[in-house]
Amino acid sequence: MNLLVFAEVRDGKLKKSSLETLSEAVRLAKPLGSKVGVALVGEGIKAHAETLGKHGAAQVFAVDSPRLKFYASEAYAKAVVSAHQKLGSGAILMAATSMGRDLAGAVAALLGSGAATDCTGVKIEGGKVVAKRPVYSGKAYATVAFKKAPAVLSLRPNVFVAQETGGTAAVEDLAVAFDDADFRSAVKEVAATAQGKVELTEASVIVAGGRGLQAPENFKVRDELASVLGAAVGASRAVVDNGWRPHSEQVGQTGKTVSPNLYIALGVSGAIQHLAGMRTSKVIVAINKDPDAPIFKAATYGVVGDALEIVPVLIQNLKKALAQ
Amino acid sequence: MNLAVCLKRVPDTTTKLKIGPDGKSIDPQGVEWAISPYDELAIELALRLKEKAGGEVVGVSVDPDGNDVAMRKALAIGLDKGVLIKGGGNFDGWATAQVLASVLKARKFDVIFFGKQAIDSDAFQVPTMVAHLLGLPRVNVCTSFEVDGAKAKCKRQIEGGEETIEVALPCVISVQKGVNGIHDKRFPSMKGIMAAKSKPVESVAAPAVESTMEVVKLEMPPERPPGKIVGKGVDAVPELVRLLKEEAKVL
Repeated sequence: MNLLVFAEVRDGKLKKSSLETLSEAVRLAKPLGSKVGVALVGEGIKAHAETLGKHGAAQVFAVDSPRLKFYASEAYAKAVVSAHQKLGSGAILMAATSMGRDLAGAVAALLGSGAATDCTGVKIEGGKVVAKRPVYSGKAYATVAFKKAPAVLSLRPNVFVAQETGGTAAVEDLAVAFDDADFRSAVKEVAATAQGKVELTEASVIVAGGRGLQAPENFKVRDELASVLGAAVGASRAVVDNGWRPHSEQVGQTGKTVSPNLYIALGVSGAIQHLAGMRTSKVIVAINKDPDAPIFKAATYGVVGDALEIVPVLIQNLKKALAQ
Repeated sequence: MNLAVCLKRVPDTTTKLKIGPDGKSIDPQGVEWAISPYDELAIELALRLKEKAGGEVVGVSVDPDGNDVAMRKALAIGLDKGVLIKGGGNFDGWATAQVLASVLKARKFDVIFFGKQAIDSDAFQVPTMVAHLLGLPRVNVCTSFEVDGAKAKCKRQIEGGEETIEVALPCVISVQKGVNGIHDKRFPSMKGIMAAKSKPVESVAAPAVESTMEVVKLEMPPERPPGKIVGKGVDAVPELVRLLKEEAKVL
């Protein structure tokens, strides 16, 4: 079963999560002796074929057009399906980024299939694609089996490991006949809202703050710790509902689901809907005044105490440790 | 304007889930059902649009087992009427989209609203698929939606930024929390609850569709290995940093 991976390029950069997806496809294809192809879609994107080859892509189908400079749901889906037809793939994989989540649905609709989104595990058993994915925002996991091919899957960022295997991909230009209807949902403009900030869902370290930080101005303590660690910042629903922090920072069932290497929760009690959004983090540190707070049940390391007193000392100690 | 809001009935976010005896679905015992939170924001956006531009808002929902609590709540909040599609409890995204599209196609809507995801299946795909089936433009994860004549100007949240998209009406929109400054659902008034009882709800049978995926297993997430309390107060900090560096190796 050949596998096709969609490679996402944003601002001229190939997404790390696309390489994670590609590496997982290469691992799946190896025992099957099948081929991994990549759909590389955008404007002026062909230089990325080299990196894709190094990560094990046998073939890159480049759909390069000025019309594809920005994301266009229908057009990108058409490009991916063209590459799929060329490769004869049994599964189409992409990273579950905001583009990937949109595209997975669009590609699946074109093929008359469902899509398994945000997968944390993929297997191919007896020619069938089986995926494990969080549902109820991570309160449970569903294993889903595709009844027909091709399977369309998006893989959760930060779960699979990107790995260079060495190699060179054959690059083929794919001419796709677009019409105006393919651009009816096209993006006109992209604006950065948070220049230089690390995006929560892609971050390997996250520092989150909750009501235990007591006041909106105290979140500078969280931000300072985050900047020492090069971390993204998160917040609990309680402080977002209070208007202390924007919803874009909310972690949990009605916010973002994250799985960084290190999640530091400052004054976060650990309500069930918050835990659902971060419990797959590899290491969780909880700092909370209340020794009975549910966050301590999920934490790898807990410190009982006032985060506002502890964090400045933690920052000093971390600076020393990181300098060594 | 003729507006539709697609609604899904889901377990309330505070629900502690249990796996049902079939090992493939949740145990419905003790579950409190609610409208999926993002759909509630879609209702609010649609109602605000109606209050400005006139017209009506129709709720459309799939009802697998005669539990129409989501639709009744939505009518009490302010929707004008509802369409309940009877049948089909184990639909995947593609089957759901086909079922919804069969109802939406027959009626002329200017905007079809969804929440960006239903908080049970978290599949992020039905709005896009419905748009595909109806041949309409779509914008997902909308943070801003302004109708301007026969067009709508939308903003969509992406990693660290925002995309601007202009679509022609009719269109399909899925909303993010905070869309047009909407962070909270509208609560039904007593008058709304009374009025809901006399609002028309049409029942239609789901067309025959087939899911392309099936759930073979549903399980609770693996328990996290037990953690440790490093200590109390600032005195615990040096040991915490040592553990992060030497044991967890995350620094």
